[in-house]
Amino acid sequence: MEYLEFELPIKELEDQLQKCKVIGEESDVDVTETCAQIEKKLKVTQKEIYKNLTPWQRVQLSRHPDRPYTLDHIRAICGTSFLELHGDRSFKDDKAMIGGLGKVGDQSFMFIGQQKGYNTKTRQYRNFGMANPEGYRKALRLMKSAEKFGIPVVTLLDTPGAYPGLEAEERGQGEAIARNILEMTRLKVPIITIVVGEGASGGALGIGVGDRVLMLENTWYSVISPESCSSILWRSWEYKEQAAEALKLTAADMKKLKLVDEIIKEPLGGAHRDREKTFTAVSNAIVKSYEELKNLSPKDLVSQRMEKYAQMGVVKG
Amino acid sequence: MSWFKRKTKGITTTTEEKKDTPRGLWYKSPTGKIVDTEELEKNFYVSPEDGYHVRIGSREYFEILFDDNKFKELDANLESKDPLKFVDTKKYPDRLKAAQEKTKLKDAVRCAVGKSKGKDLVVACMDFAFIGGSMGSVVGEKIARAADYSLKNKIPLLVISKSGGARMMEAALSLMQLAKTSVKLAQLADAGIPYISLCTDPTTGGTTASFAMLGDINIAEPGALIGFAGPRIVRDTTGKELPEGFQTSEFLLEHGFLDFITHRKDLKDKINQYLDLILNQPLRA
Repeated sequence: MEYLEFELPIKELEDQLQKCKVIGEESDVDVTETCAQIEKKLKVTQKEIYKNLTPWQRVQLSRHPDRPYTLDHIRAICGTSFLELHGDRSFKDDKAMIGGLGKVGDQSFMFIGQQKGYNTKTRQYRNFGMANPEGYRKALRLMKSAEKFGIPVVTLLDTPGAYPGLEAEERGQGEAIARNILEMTRLKVPIITIVVGEGASGGALGIGVGDRVLMLENTWYSVISPESCSSILWRSWEYKEQAAEALKLTAADMKKLKLVDEIIKEPLGGAHRDREKTFTAVSNAIVKSYEELKNLSPKDLVSQRMEKYAQMGVVKG
Repeated sequence: MSWFKRKTKGITTTTEEKKDTPRGLWYKSPTGKIVDTEELEKNFYVSPEDGYHVRIGSREYFEILFDDNKFKELDANLESKDPLKFVDTKKYPDRLKAAQEKTKLKDAVRCAVGKSKGKDLVVACMDFAFIGGSMGSVVGEKIARAADYSLKNKIPLLVISKSGGARMMEAALSLMQLAKTSVKLAQLADAGIPYISLCTDPTTGGTTASFAMLGDINIAEPGALIGFAGPRIVRDTTGKELPEGFQTSEFLLEHGFLDFITHRKDLKDKINQYLDLILNQPLRA
């Protein structure tokens, strides 16, 4: 288990507890009371730290190296029913964008999402979850295929942004994202979108237009990462904490702004602290959202979705 | 032996009396060509010697596109609010106020309807001078309403992009304008009303990832910077030297993302020619 800087007091207590138990096992000293005391203190500290997370700390949690990624969620939810599908049919298969069919209960879903890696090698293989145009086009192909057969779509968002590369520009990164956004506004099957990690800008929205948009508790969603925002507006990388604050990028802020519909609670300390509990919560959220949408006619579904996005924004005059 | 001799001693003109060249008489293009501003204006704000398309705003584009510069502005009074209470080195409302005073504009886009070669056209034109032509709620809402106007009155829509991207000071609200404008463009598409996207210098970020790339035709002015990620970010991320002409209009045409590039003097003709052809109408002279 890796610990973030603000989690160090927890690590310290956990280490103490561990030592205490070892002493108890290896000697005749009665440690029950000491252990209980440490455990109590640990719980209080955990609560204190996790109940008052700053926006920047949530950003850090959303990027936690132990956090479950898109495929972890899908495999846990669908089990062996998941069948991964590949390729955009015109250029190549983007490893940063995955997709495929799977069952939740008796219902088939088309799953699509950005995928990060869990070590140096796989991070490179997944291009750090930064998709190229072919990734967005693969996603659109799968959505269209789902639409053809009346299969609902679930998209899982976890990306630091669309890849800002030379070849990505040559192949039309902007166009690919724009096309997806437009087609998603009028796709004739239910779309459920869940931010499971980072929701950075157009790269996230490129698979993120949905009838229901949900965020896991410790994720973020905004127009730019706090680091880039800091470097542009403050002309220095040092103001990322202020930027995270200013951008109102947490799940709670996004819900307050009515830009997302619901927050999925995470286990204390973050999704990685109890992965099974997290997967169950995500699975339940998918089922619940689908129940709310499945009886709408395609026409009503699309017009409600369009109306919802047409309402977003705050102006005067 | 000097052949030139000053007859009076010293120069007696005081600094205050010295005559300066009035500002704005001349324009210098990036290649160093000097143009008389009046001549520049007559030439559609294009430097005649090197063809450089000077950055202009909605006022100039409306003048170029609408017959006799006659048009009705749509939603002229829409202004930005500060829903996030955004503060960086400046407060967002102060930034807005400063931009409004400097540019005499309300926000970064103006929309209008008028006759172009005798037929109705709705134009939404971005103004780069207003906080880098950035798209916040107002830009999204005005473009959405312009599209609504097109839809309701069955009039073709032209959006002229000139923008650095989404407006950071409205964060996720700005991001959702990509979806909002796309909703309206999808409705226009379903109704069979033509939508033309004109990309001008610069068209980057959120605009490129939404309406700028979604035209029935996408066209551009010569030499404009068009891209998703800005060239500096691409260079910093990849560590590669960028090829010459990277992310210019010509580069995008070559890679298949533009239908054609047009000189500003031909803009009005080309747009109306396309509309007549796609709508199967007699060509206007």
